[in-house]
Amino acid sequence: MKKMIAQREIDVNEEGYLLDFSQWNREVGQELAAEKNITLTDRHWEVIDYLQDKHHKEEALSIRGIKKSGVINVKEFYSLFPGGPLKVSTLIAGIPKPKSCI
Amino acid sequence: MKNLVILGAGTAGTMMANHLSKKLSKNDWQITVVDQHKTHYYQPGFLFLPFDIYTEDQVKKDGTKFVPKSVNYIQKKIELIQPEANSVKLEGGESLGYDILIVATGSTIAPDETEGMDGPMWHKNIFDFYTYEGAKGLRDKLREFEGGKLVVHITEMPIKCPVAPLEFAFLADSYFKNKGMRDKVDITYVTPLDGAFTKPRAAKALDYLLNEKNINEVTSFNIERVDYENNKIIDYADVEVEYDLLVTVPTNMGDSVIERSGLGDDLNFIPTHKGTLQSKEYENMFVIGDATNIPTSKAGSVAHFEAEILTDNILSYIKGDELEEEFDGHANCFVETGNGKALLIDFNYEHEPVEGTFPIPGIGPLRLLKESRFNHMGKLAFRWVYWNMLLKGVPIPFVPAKMNEKGKKLETVNS
Ligand SMILES: Cc1cc2nc3c(=O)[nH]c(=O)nc-3n(C[C@H](O)[C@H](O)[C@H](O)COP(=O)(O)OP(=O)(O)OC[C@H]3O[C@@H](n4cnc5c(N)ncnc54)[C@H](O)[C@@H]3O)c2cc1C
Repeated sequence: MKKMIAQREIDVNEEGYLLDFSQWNREVGQELAAEKNITLTDRHWEVIDYLQDKHHKEEALSIRGIKKSGVINVKEFYSLFPGGPLKVSTLIAGIPKPKSCI
Repeated sequence: MKNLVILGAGTAGTMMANHLSKKLSKNDWQITVVDQHKTHYYQPGFLFLPFDIYTEDQVKKDGTKFVPKSVNYIQKKIELIQPEANSVKLEGGESLGYDILIVATGSTIAPDETEGMDGPMWHKNIFDFYTYEGAKGLRDKLREFEGGKLVVHITEMPIKCPVAPLEFAFLADSYFKNKGMRDKVDITYVTPLDGAFTKPRAAKALDYLLNEKNINEVTSFNIERVDYENNKIIDYADVEVEYDLLVTVPTNMGDSVIERSGLGDDLNFIPTHKGTLQSKEYENMFVIGDATNIPTSKAGSVAHFEAEILTDNILSYIKGDELEEEFDGHANCFVETGNGKALLIDFNYEHEPVEGTFPIPGIGPLRLLKESRFNHMGKLAFRWVYWNMLLKGVPIPFVPAKMNEKGKKLETVNS
Protein backbone atom coordinates (compact mmCIF):
# COMPACT_ATOMS: atom_id res chain seq x y z
CA MET A 1 0.00 0.00 0.00
CA LYS A 2 1.19 3.52 -0.76
CA LYS A 3 0.48 6.45 1.49
CA MET A 4 1.39 10.17 1.24
CA ILE A 5 3.18 11.23 4.39
CA ALA A 6 5.03 14.56 4.72
CA GLN A 7 4.83 15.05 0.95
CA ARG A 8 6.47 11.72 0.27
CA GLU A 9 5.00 8.55 -1.10
CA ILE A 10 5.66 5.83 1.44
CA ASP A 11 5.03 2.08 1.46
CA VAL A 12 3.01 0.87 4.41
CA ASN A 13 1.21 -2.33 5.36
CA GLU A 14 -2.52 -2.54 6.01
CA GLU A 15 -2.01 -1.44 9.63
CA GLY A 16 -0.01 1.61 8.54
CA TYR A 17 3.48 0.36 9.53
CA LEU A 18 6.31 1.38 7.21
CA LEU A 19 7.65 -1.41 5.05
CA ASP A 20 10.96 0.26 4.27
CA PHE A 21 12.78 2.12 7.02
CA SER A 22 14.86 4.10 4.50
CA GLN A 23 11.68 6.02 3.63
CA TRP A 24 11.45 7.29 7.20
CA ASN A 25 12.67 10.67 8.41
CA ARG A 26 11.77 12.91 11.34
CA GLU A 27 9.06 14.74 9.38
CA VAL A 28 7.45 11.41 8.54
CA GLY A 29 7.63 10.52 12.24
CA GLN A 30 6.06 13.81 13.21
CA GLU A 31 3.21 13.38 10.79
CA LEU A 32 2.53 9.79 11.86
CA ALA A 33 2.48 11.01 15.46
CA ALA A 34 0.05 13.78 14.57
CA GLU A 35 -2.32 11.17 13.11
CA LYS A 36 -2.35 9.63 16.60
CA ASN A 37 -2.81 13.06 18.20
CA ILE A 38 0.67 13.00 19.68
CA THR A 39 3.01 15.98 19.57
CA LEU A 40 6.56 14.71 19.77
CA THR A 41 8.73 16.17 22.53
CA ASP A 42 12.43 15.56 23.21
CA ARG A 43 11.41 12.75 25.53
CA HIS A 44 9.48 11.06 22.71
CA TRP A 45 12.51 11.35 20.43
CA GLU A 46 14.76 9.74 23.00
CA VAL A 47 12.44 6.77 23.09
CA ILE A 48 12.18 6.64 19.30
CA ASP A 49 15.98 6.67 18.99
CA TYR A 50 16.17 3.82 21.47
CA LEU A 51 13.55 1.76 19.60
CA GLN A 52 15.23 2.29 16.24
CA ASP A 53 18.58 1.39 17.69
CA LYS A 54 17.19 -1.87 19.12
CA HIS A 55 15.52 -2.61 15.80
CA HIS A 56 18.76 -2.13 13.86
CA LYS A 57 20.53 -4.48 16.23
CA GLU A 58 17.73 -6.99 15.59
CA GLU A 59 16.84 -7.12 19.25
CA ALA A 60 13.21 -7.88 20.00
CA LEU A 61 11.12 -5.15 21.58
CA SER A 62 9.00 -5.87 24.61
CA ILE A 63 7.59 -4.16 27.67
CA ARG A 64 10.19 -6.08 29.69
CA GLY A 65 12.93 -4.60 27.49
CA ILE A 66 11.55 -1.10 28.09
CA LYS A 67 11.57 -1.74 31.83
CA LYS A 68 15.26 -2.57 31.69
CA SER A 69 16.20 0.04 29.07
CA GLY A 70 17.26 2.74 31.48
CA VAL A 71 15.75 5.19 28.96
CA ILE A 72 12.23 5.35 30.30
CA ASN A 73 10.02 3.59 32.80
CA VAL A 74 6.91 1.79 31.69
CA LYS A 75 4.47 4.24 33.27
CA GLU A 76 5.98 7.16 31.38
CA PHE A 77 6.10 5.11 28.20
CA TYR A 78 2.32 4.62 28.52
CA SER A 79 1.76 8.32 29.11
CA LEU A 80 3.88 9.36 26.11
CA PHE A 81 2.26 6.90 23.71
CA PRO A 82 -1.25 6.24 25.01
CA GLY A 83 -3.26 3.26 23.87
CA GLY A 84 -0.73 0.46 23.41
CA PRO A 85 2.65 2.20 23.65
CA LEU A 86 4.74 -0.40 21.82
CA LYS A 87 2.35 -0.50 18.90
CA VAL A 88 2.04 3.28 18.65
CA SER A 89 5.72 4.12 19.18
CA THR A 90 7.00 1.59 16.64
CA LEU A 91 4.56 2.88 14.05
CA ILE A 92 5.86 6.42 14.55
CA ALA A 93 9.46 5.18 14.56
CA GLY A 94 8.95 3.58 11.14
CA ILE A 95 9.83 0.07 12.32
CA PRO A 96 7.71 -3.11 12.30
CA LYS A 97 5.11 -3.75 14.96
CA PRO A 98 6.75 -6.03 17.50
CA LYS A 99 5.65 -9.59 17.01
CA SER A 100 3.88 -10.51 20.17
CA CYS A 101 6.06 -13.57 20.39
CA ILE A 102 4.73 -17.05 20.04
CA MET B 1 36.04 -42.49 25.43
CA LYS B 2 34.25 -39.25 24.70
CA ASN B 3 31.52 -37.65 26.77
CA LEU B 4 28.18 -36.34 25.70
CA VAL B 5 26.33 -34.63 28.53
CA ILE B 6 22.63 -33.79 28.49
CA LEU B 7 21.41 -31.23 31.02
CA GLY B 8 17.79 -31.85 31.99
CA ALA B 9 15.78 -35.07 31.73
CA GLY B 10 12.48 -33.47 30.84
CA THR B 11 10.71 -34.04 27.54
CA ALA B 12 13.60 -32.97 25.33
CA GLY B 13 16.51 -34.36 27.35
CA THR B 14 14.89 -37.78 27.73
CA MET B 15 14.14 -37.97 24.01
CA MET B 16 17.73 -37.05 23.13
CA ALA B 17 19.11 -39.70 25.49
CA ASN B 18 16.94 -42.30 23.75
CA HIS B 19 17.77 -41.19 20.22
CA LEU B 20 21.50 -40.86 20.79
CA SER B 21 21.97 -44.08 22.75
CA LYS B 22 20.78 -45.89 19.62
CA LYS B 23 23.00 -43.91 17.26
CA LEU B 24 26.30 -43.44 19.07
CA SER B 25 28.80 -46.26 19.47
CA LYS B 26 28.93 -47.39 23.09
CA ASN B 27 32.65 -47.97 22.76
CA ASP B 28 33.34 -44.39 21.81
CA TRP B 29 30.74 -42.39 23.67
CA GLN B 30 29.47 -42.24 27.23
CA ILE B 31 26.14 -40.42 27.47
CA THR B 32 25.27 -38.78 30.79
CA VAL B 33 21.99 -37.10 31.74
CA VAL B 34 21.65 -34.80 34.74
CA ASP B 35 18.38 -33.75 36.37
CA GLN B 36 17.54 -32.47 39.83
CA HIS B 37 14.42 -34.64 40.10
CA LYS B 38 13.72 -38.31 39.92
CA THR B 39 10.10 -37.65 39.01
CA HIS B 40 9.24 -36.88 35.42
CA TYR B 41 6.09 -34.77 35.17
CA TYR B 42 3.71 -34.93 32.24
CA GLN B 43 3.22 -31.16 32.08
CA PRO B 44 0.36 -31.19 29.52
CA GLY B 45 -1.57 -33.07 32.23
CA PHE B 46 -1.32 -30.04 34.55
CA LEU B 47 -4.14 -28.58 32.47
CA PHE B 48 -6.45 -31.45 33.42
CA LEU B 49 -5.43 -32.03 37.02
CA PRO B 50 -7.26 -28.95 38.38
CA PHE B 51 -10.56 -30.20 36.90
CA ASP B 52 -10.24 -33.73 38.28
CA ILE B 53 -9.95 -35.09 34.74
CA TYR B 54 -6.55 -36.58 35.49
CA THR B 55 -5.34 -37.94 38.80
CA GLU B 56 -1.99 -37.14 40.38
CA ASP B 57 -0.57 -40.51 39.33
CA GLN B 58 -1.40 -39.90 35.68
CA VAL B 59 0.90 -36.90 35.46
CA LYS B 60 4.05 -38.14 37.17
CA LYS B 61 6.27 -41.16 36.85
CA ASP B 62 9.76 -42.24 37.81
CA GLY B 63 11.81 -40.48 35.12
CA THR B 64 14.79 -42.82 35.33
CA LYS B 65 12.63 -45.56 33.78
CA PHE B 66 12.50 -43.63 30.53
CA VAL B 67 16.25 -43.25 30.22
CA PRO B 68 18.08 -46.17 28.57
CA LYS B 69 20.26 -48.35 30.81
CA SER B 70 23.45 -47.53 28.91
CA VAL B 71 22.99 -43.88 29.82
CA ASN B 72 24.48 -42.62 33.07
CA TYR B 73 21.74 -40.82 35.06
CA ILE B 74 22.86 -38.35 37.70
CA GLN B 75 20.22 -36.93 39.99
CA LYS B 76 21.71 -33.62 41.08
CA LYS B 77 21.16 -29.94 40.70
CA ILE B 78 23.31 -28.28 38.05
CA GLU B 79 25.17 -25.32 39.57
CA LEU B 80 27.14 -23.87 36.69
CA ILE B 81 27.89 -24.43 33.02
CA GLN B 82 31.46 -23.48 32.11
CA PRO B 83 31.65 -23.68 28.31
CA GLU B 84 35.16 -22.24 28.14
CA ALA B 85 36.36 -25.22 30.18
CA ASN B 86 33.91 -27.71 28.56
CA SER B 87 32.72 -28.54 32.01
CA VAL B 88 29.59 -28.53 34.16
CA LYS B 89 29.58 -28.07 37.92
CA LEU B 90 27.02 -30.02 39.96
CA GLU B 91 25.79 -29.41 43.50
CA GLY B 92 28.26 -30.71 46.02
CA GLY B 93 31.15 -29.58 43.86
CA GLU B 94 31.46 -32.49 41.42
CA SER B 95 32.54 -31.50 37.89
CA LEU B 96 31.57 -33.20 34.65
CA GLY B 97 33.68 -32.69 31.57
CA TYR B 98 32.15 -32.98 28.11
CA ASP B 99 32.98 -33.09 24.42
CA ILE B 100 29.43 -32.26 23.43
CA LEU B 101 26.83 -30.58 25.62
CA ILE B 102 23.09 -30.58 25.07
CA VAL B 103 21.20 -28.07 27.19
CA ALA B 104 17.59 -29.11 27.81
CA THR B 105 16.82 -27.37 31.08
CA GLY B 106 13.41 -26.12 29.95
CA SER B 107 11.57 -23.14 31.37
CA THR B 108 9.88 -22.46 34.69
CA ILE B 109 7.53 -19.89 36.14
CA ALA B 110 8.85 -16.78 37.86
CA PRO B 111 5.97 -15.27 39.85
CA ASP B 112 8.44 -13.06 41.74
CA GLU B 113 8.86 -11.03 38.52
CA THR B 114 5.46 -9.41 39.17
CA GLU B 115 4.85 -7.28 42.24
CA GLY B 116 2.30 -8.82 44.60
CA MET B 117 1.93 -12.11 42.77
CA ASP B 118 4.25 -14.17 44.89
CA GLY B 119 2.97 -12.56 48.11
CA PRO B 120 0.84 -13.87 50.98
CA MET B 121 -2.04 -14.88 48.71
CA TRP B 122 0.08 -17.10 46.43
CA HIS B 123 -1.59 -20.51 46.28
CA LYS B 124 -4.44 -19.12 48.47
CA ASN B 125 -6.54 -17.27 45.87
CA ILE B 126 -3.78 -16.71 43.31
CA PHE B 127 -2.73 -19.91 41.54
CA ASP B 128 -0.63 -21.09 38.66
CA PHE B 129 -1.25 -24.39 36.91
CA TYR B 130 2.18 -24.62 35.25
CA THR B 131 3.68 -26.51 38.18
CA TYR B 132 2.57 -29.72 39.84
CA GLU B 133 2.06 -27.94 43.18
CA GLY B 134 0.07 -25.15 41.53
CA ALA B 135 -2.18 -27.47 39.53
CA LYS B 136 -2.87 -29.67 42.54
CA GLY B 137 -3.56 -26.73 44.84
CA LEU B 138 -5.90 -25.29 42.27
CA ARG B 139 -7.79 -28.58 42.03
CA ASP B 140 -8.47 -28.45 45.76
CA LYS B 141 -9.51 -24.81 45.50
CA LEU B 142 -11.88 -25.46 42.59
CA ARG B 143 -13.51 -28.36 44.40
CA GLU B 144 -14.75 -25.98 47.05
CA PHE B 145 -15.19 -22.83 44.92
CA GLU B 146 -18.68 -21.47 45.44
CA GLY B 147 -18.72 -18.95 42.62
CA GLY B 148 -17.55 -15.44 41.87
CA LYS B 149 -15.06 -13.89 39.51
CA LEU B 150 -12.60 -16.31 37.97
CA VAL B 151 -9.82 -14.51 36.09
CA VAL B 152 -7.53 -16.49 33.80
CA HIS B 153 -4.47 -14.39 33.10
CA ILE B 154 -1.21 -14.41 31.11
CA THR B 155 1.54 -12.20 32.54
CA GLU B 156 3.82 -11.83 29.53
CA MET B 157 4.88 -13.70 26.41
CA PRO B 158 6.53 -16.02 25.59
CA ILE B 159 5.02 -18.80 27.69
CA LYS B 160 5.25 -22.51 27.08
CA CYS B 161 2.25 -24.05 25.42
CA PRO B 162 0.73 -20.63 24.66
CA VAL B 163 -2.78 -22.06 24.23
CA ALA B 164 -2.89 -23.67 27.69
CA PRO B 165 -4.43 -20.66 29.47
CA LEU B 166 -7.15 -20.42 26.87
CA GLU B 167 -7.85 -24.12 27.23
CA PHE B 168 -8.02 -23.57 30.96
CA ALA B 169 -10.76 -20.99 30.42
CA PHE B 170 -12.70 -23.35 28.12
CA LEU B 171 -12.38 -26.26 30.53
CA ALA B 172 -13.46 -24.06 33.44
CA ASP B 173 -16.60 -23.19 31.47
CA SER B 174 -17.47 -26.90 31.05
CA TYR B 175 -16.44 -27.74 34.60
CA PHE B 176 -18.84 -25.25 36.13
CA LYS B 177 -21.58 -26.15 33.65
CA ASN B 178 -21.28 -29.78 34.68
CA LYS B 179 -21.45 -28.79 38.32
CA GLY B 180 -24.63 -26.86 37.52
CA MET B 181 -23.15 -23.58 38.72
CA ARG B 182 -21.96 -21.82 35.56
CA ASP B 183 -24.37 -18.94 36.30
CA LYS B 184 -22.54 -18.31 39.57
CA VAL B 185 -19.14 -17.96 37.92
CA ASP B 186 -18.02 -15.00 35.88
CA ILE B 187 -15.03 -16.03 33.71
CA THR B 188 -12.67 -13.43 32.28
CA TYR B 189 -9.66 -14.11 30.07
CA VAL B 190 -6.92 -11.47 30.37
CA THR B 191 -4.01 -11.37 27.92
CA PRO B 192 -1.18 -9.01 26.93
CA LEU B 193 -1.86 -9.91 23.28
CA ASP B 194 -4.27 -8.17 20.88
CA GLY B 195 -6.47 -11.25 20.72
CA ALA B 196 -6.81 -14.78 22.01
CA PHE B 197 -3.69 -16.19 20.35
CA THR B 198 -0.33 -15.12 18.97
CA LYS B 199 -1.17 -15.98 15.39
CA PRO B 200 -4.00 -13.90 13.90
CA ARG B 201 -5.73 -16.73 12.02
CA ALA B 202 -6.07 -18.95 15.06
CA ALA B 203 -6.97 -15.91 17.17
CA LYS B 204 -10.09 -15.40 15.07
CA ALA B 205 -11.36 -18.93 15.60
CA LEU B 206 -10.56 -18.74 19.30
CA ASP B 207 -12.07 -15.29 19.89
CA TYR B 208 -15.26 -16.68 18.43
CA LEU B 209 -15.24 -19.59 20.87
CA LEU B 210 -14.66 -17.32 23.87
CA ASN B 211 -17.64 -15.30 22.89
CA GLU B 212 -19.80 -18.35 22.35
CA LYS B 213 -18.92 -19.65 25.80
CA ASN B 214 -19.67 -16.38 27.49
CA ILE B 215 -16.10 -15.77 28.56
CA ASN B 216 -15.17 -12.10 28.81
CA GLU B 217 -11.94 -11.05 27.16
CA VAL B 218 -9.56 -8.26 28.21
CA THR B 219 -6.73 -7.81 25.65
CA SER B 220 -3.52 -5.74 25.49
CA PHE B 221 -3.29 -5.94 29.28
CA ASN B 222 0.31 -5.54 30.48
CA ILE B 223 0.24 -6.23 34.18
CA GLU B 224 2.03 -3.85 36.52
CA ARG B 225 1.11 -5.48 39.83
CA VAL B 226 -1.29 -7.66 41.73
CA ASP B 227 -3.16 -5.80 44.45
CA TYR B 228 -3.67 -8.88 46.61
CA GLU B 229 -5.29 -6.90 49.42
CA ASN B 230 -8.12 -5.72 47.19
CA ASN B 231 -8.14 -8.74 44.86
CA LYS B 232 -7.42 -7.02 41.58
CA ILE B 233 -4.77 -6.96 38.89
CA ILE B 234 -3.69 -3.59 37.55
CA ASP B 235 -1.94 -2.84 34.28
CA TYR B 236 0.37 -0.01 33.22
CA ALA B 237 -2.53 1.87 31.63
CA ASP B 238 -4.33 1.71 35.02
CA VAL B 239 -6.90 -0.77 33.80
CA GLU B 240 -8.08 -2.88 36.73
CA VAL B 241 -9.60 -6.36 36.69
CA GLU B 242 -11.13 -7.72 39.89
CA TYR B 243 -11.01 -11.38 40.85
CA ASP B 244 -12.10 -13.77 43.53
CA LEU B 245 -9.87 -16.47 42.12
CA LEU B 246 -6.88 -15.52 39.96
CA VAL B 247 -5.40 -18.24 37.78
CA THR B 248 -2.29 -16.74 36.27
CA VAL B 249 0.53 -17.86 34.06
CA PRO B 250 3.49 -16.01 35.56
CA THR B 251 6.48 -14.89 33.49
CA ASN B 252 8.19 -17.96 32.01
CA MET B 253 11.97 -18.01 32.25
CA GLY B 254 14.83 -20.36 31.58
CA ASP B 255 16.35 -21.99 34.67
CA SER B 256 18.53 -19.82 36.91
CA VAL B 257 21.58 -21.96 36.07
CA ILE B 258 21.51 -20.29 32.64
CA GLU B 259 21.64 -16.86 34.27
CA ARG B 260 24.39 -17.90 36.70
CA SER B 261 26.43 -19.19 33.77
CA GLY B 262 25.90 -15.97 31.79
CA LEU B 263 24.45 -17.87 28.84
CA GLY B 264 20.97 -16.44 28.45
CA ASP B 265 19.02 -13.40 27.29
CA ASP B 266 16.76 -11.26 29.51
CA LEU B 267 14.55 -14.26 30.18
CA ASN B 268 17.42 -16.77 30.58
CA PHE B 269 16.77 -18.32 27.17
CA ILE B 270 19.89 -19.32 25.26
CA PRO B 271 20.59 -17.69 21.88
CA THR B 272 20.34 -20.62 19.47
CA HIS B 273 20.52 -21.02 15.68
CA LYS B 274 16.93 -21.62 14.70
CA GLY B 275 17.65 -24.04 11.85
CA THR B 276 20.39 -26.19 13.44
CA LEU B 277 19.83 -25.82 17.22
CA GLN B 278 23.53 -25.12 17.75
CA SER B 279 24.28 -22.47 20.37
CA LYS B 280 25.24 -19.15 18.79
CA GLU B 281 28.31 -18.89 20.99
CA TYR B 282 29.82 -22.35 21.37
CA GLU B 283 30.00 -24.88 18.59
CA ASN B 284 29.99 -27.96 20.82
CA MET B 285 26.91 -26.76 22.69
CA PHE B 286 23.41 -27.54 21.41
CA VAL B 287 20.15 -26.38 22.88
CA ILE B 288 16.74 -28.01 22.59
CA GLY B 289 13.19 -27.56 23.86
CA ASP B 290 12.01 -24.70 26.01
CA ALA B 291 15.57 -23.61 26.88
CA THR B 292 16.21 -22.04 23.44
CA ASN B 293 15.29 -18.55 22.30
CA ILE B 294 14.12 -19.67 18.86
CA PRO B 295 10.92 -18.07 17.59
CA THR B 296 8.52 -20.97 17.75
CA SER B 297 6.19 -22.27 20.45
CA LYS B 298 7.64 -23.77 23.57
CA ALA B 299 5.89 -27.14 23.45
CA GLY B 300 6.58 -30.82 23.83
CA SER B 301 5.54 -31.39 20.23
CA VAL B 302 8.15 -28.87 19.10
CA ALA B 303 10.80 -30.61 21.22
CA HIS B 304 9.80 -33.86 19.53
CA PHE B 305 10.33 -32.42 16.04
CA GLU B 306 13.57 -30.77 17.15
CA ALA B 307 14.93 -33.99 18.63
CA GLU B 308 14.90 -35.81 15.30
CA ILE B 309 16.73 -32.99 13.59
CA LEU B 310 19.19 -32.43 16.42
CA THR B 311 20.10 -36.12 16.44
CA ASP B 312 21.12 -35.90 12.78
CA ASN B 313 23.00 -32.69 13.41
CA ILE B 314 24.97 -34.13 16.30
CA LEU B 315 25.99 -37.07 14.14
CA SER B 316 27.07 -34.62 11.41
CA TYR B 317 28.97 -32.55 13.96
CA ILE B 318 30.85 -35.62 15.19
CA LYS B 319 31.78 -36.52 11.61
CA GLY B 320 32.89 -32.96 10.97
CA ASP B 321 30.18 -32.42 8.33
CA GLU B 322 28.29 -29.19 7.81
CA LEU B 323 25.11 -28.93 9.90
CA GLU B 324 21.87 -28.78 8.02
CA GLU B 325 19.45 -25.97 8.66
CA GLU B 326 16.55 -28.31 8.85
CA PHE B 327 14.30 -27.15 11.63
CA ASP B 328 11.35 -25.17 10.29
CA GLY B 329 9.69 -24.21 13.57
CA HIS B 330 7.01 -26.86 13.17
CA ALA B 331 4.56 -26.84 16.07
CA ASN B 332 1.22 -28.44 16.51
CA CYS B 333 -1.06 -28.45 19.46
CA PHE B 334 -4.42 -29.68 20.43
CA VAL B 335 -6.55 -26.97 21.91
CA GLU B 336 -9.12 -28.28 24.38
CA THR B 337 -12.30 -26.32 23.86
CA GLY B 338 -14.37 -27.98 26.59
CA ASN B 339 -17.40 -30.29 26.46
CA GLY B 340 -15.30 -33.11 25.13
CA LYS B 341 -14.14 -31.28 22.04
CA ALA B 342 -10.82 -29.92 20.85
CA LEU B 343 -9.27 -28.31 17.83
CA LEU B 344 -5.82 -28.86 16.42
CA ILE B 345 -3.52 -26.16 15.13
CA ASP B 346 -0.39 -26.69 13.10
CA PHE B 347 2.13 -24.05 12.05
CA ASN B 348 5.81 -23.25 11.47
CA TYR B 349 8.15 -20.23 11.08
CA GLU B 350 6.65 -19.37 7.70
CA HIS B 351 3.02 -20.33 7.87
CA GLU B 352 0.08 -19.25 9.96
CA PRO B 353 -1.98 -21.95 11.66
CA VAL B 354 -3.80 -23.66 8.92
CA GLU B 355 -7.17 -25.10 8.17
CA GLY B 356 -7.19 -28.64 6.90
CA THR B 357 -6.67 -32.12 8.21
CA PHE B 358 -3.79 -33.80 9.98
CA PRO B 359 -1.69 -35.94 9.72
CA ILE B 360 -2.92 -37.41 6.43
CA PRO B 361 -3.63 -34.58 3.98
CA GLY B 362 -7.30 -34.40 3.02
CA ILE B 363 -8.29 -37.40 5.10
CA GLY B 364 -7.47 -36.61 8.65
CA PRO B 365 -8.51 -38.00 11.04
CA LEU B 366 -7.88 -34.80 12.99
CA ARG B 367 -9.36 -31.54 11.84
CA LEU B 368 -7.26 -28.43 12.10
CA LEU B 369 -8.87 -25.23 13.34
CA LYS B 370 -12.29 -26.82 13.70
CA GLU B 371 -13.72 -28.13 16.92
CA SER B 372 -14.33 -31.85 16.91
CA ARG B 373 -14.66 -34.76 19.28
CA PHE B 374 -11.91 -36.61 17.49
CA ASN B 375 -9.41 -33.88 18.28
CA HIS B 376 -10.29 -34.21 21.95
CA MET B 377 -9.61 -37.93 21.79
CA GLY B 378 -6.32 -37.02 20.16
CA LYS B 379 -5.40 -34.79 23.05
CA LEU B 380 -6.16 -37.47 25.60
CA ALA B 381 -4.35 -40.08 23.51
CA PHE B 382 -1.36 -37.77 23.54
CA ARG B 383 -0.73 -38.74 27.16
CA TRP B 384 -0.30 -42.35 26.15
CA VAL B 385 1.78 -41.40 23.15
CA TYR B 386 3.92 -39.19 25.40
CA TRP B 387 4.82 -41.86 27.94
CA ASN B 388 5.02 -44.74 25.53
CA MET B 389 6.44 -43.30 22.31
CA LEU B 390 7.54 -39.69 22.51
CA LEU B 391 9.95 -39.91 25.43
CA LYS B 392 11.45 -43.11 24.08
CA GLY B 393 12.10 -41.48 20.73
CA VAL B 394 9.78 -43.84 18.83
CA PRO B 395 8.65 -42.02 15.68
CA ILE B 396 4.95 -41.17 15.70
CA PRO B 397 3.28 -42.67 12.63
CA PHE B 398 2.54 -40.16 9.87
CA VAL B 399 3.86 -37.14 11.76
CA PRO B 400 7.06 -35.86 10.12
CA ALA B 401 9.37 -33.36 11.80
CA LYS B 402 8.92 -30.89 8.99
CA MET B 403 5.46 -29.54 8.38
CA ASN B 404 3.54 -31.21 5.60
CA GLU B 405 1.98 -28.54 3.42
CA LYS B 406 -0.47 -30.76 1.60
CA GLY B 407 -4.14 -30.73 2.49
CA LYS B 408 -3.90 -27.47 4.37
CA LYS B 409 -5.02 -24.01 3.45
CA LEU B 410 -1.77 -22.16 3.91
CA GLU B 411 -1.28 -18.52 4.55
CA THR B 412 2.19 -17.05 4.84
CA VAL B 413 3.01 -15.14 7.99
CA ASN B 414 3.61 -11.52 7.18
CA SER B 415 6.16 -9.93 9.38
C1 LIG C 1 0.09 -26.63 31.66
C2 LIG C 1 0.94 -27.07 30.51
C3 LIG C 1 0.33 -27.66 29.41
C4 LIG C 1 1.09 -28.07 28.32
N1 LIG C 1 0.46 -28.66 27.25
C5 LIG C 1 1.17 -29.09 26.20
C6 LIG C 1 0.55 -29.76 25.11
O1 LIG C 1 -0.67 -29.98 25.09
N2 LIG C 1 1.31 -30.15 24.07
C7 LIG C 1 2.66 -29.92 24.05
O2 LIG C 1 3.30 -30.28 23.08
N3 LIG C 1 3.29 -29.30 25.07
C8 LIG C 1 2.58 -28.87 26.15
N4 LIG C 1 3.23 -28.26 27.21
C9 LIG C 1 4.65 -27.89 27.09
C10 LIG C 1 5.62 -29.02 27.35
O3 LIG C 1 5.37 -29.65 28.57
C11 LIG C 1 7.03 -28.42 27.37
O4 LIG C 1 7.23 -27.61 26.24
C12 LIG C 1 8.09 -29.51 27.35
O5 LIG C 1 8.01 -30.26 28.53
C13 LIG C 1 9.49 -28.90 27.19
O6 LIG C 1 10.47 -29.88 27.33
P1 LIG C 1 11.92 -29.51 27.86
O7 LIG C 1 12.63 -30.79 27.89
O8 LIG C 1 12.47 -28.39 27.07
O9 LIG C 1 11.70 -28.96 29.33
P2 LIG C 1 11.14 -29.75 30.60
O10 LIG C 1 10.33 -30.93 30.19
O11 LIG C 1 10.50 -28.74 31.47
O12 LIG C 1 12.46 -30.33 31.30
C14 LIG C 1 13.46 -29.56 31.89
C15 LIG C 1 14.17 -30.44 32.90
O13 LIG C 1 15.39 -29.82 33.30
C16 LIG C 1 15.55 -29.98 34.67
N5 LIG C 1 16.39 -28.88 35.17
C17 LIG C 1 16.27 -27.55 34.89
N6 LIG C 1 17.21 -26.84 35.52
C18 LIG C 1 17.95 -27.72 36.23
C19 LIG C 1 19.08 -27.59 37.11
N7 LIG C 1 19.63 -26.39 37.38
N8 LIG C 1 19.59 -28.70 37.65
C20 LIG C 1 19.05 -29.94 37.39
N9 LIG C 1 18.00 -30.12 36.58
C21 LIG C 1 17.44 -29.03 36.00
C22 LIG C 1 14.15 -29.96 35.25
O14 LIG C 1 14.08 -30.61 36.50
C23 LIG C 1 13.35 -30.66 34.16
O15 LIG C 1 13.22 -32.04 34.42
C24 LIG C 1 2.49 -27.87 28.33
C25 LIG C 1 3.11 -27.28 29.44
C26 LIG C 1 2.36 -26.90 30.54
C27 LIG C 1 3.03 -26.28 31.73
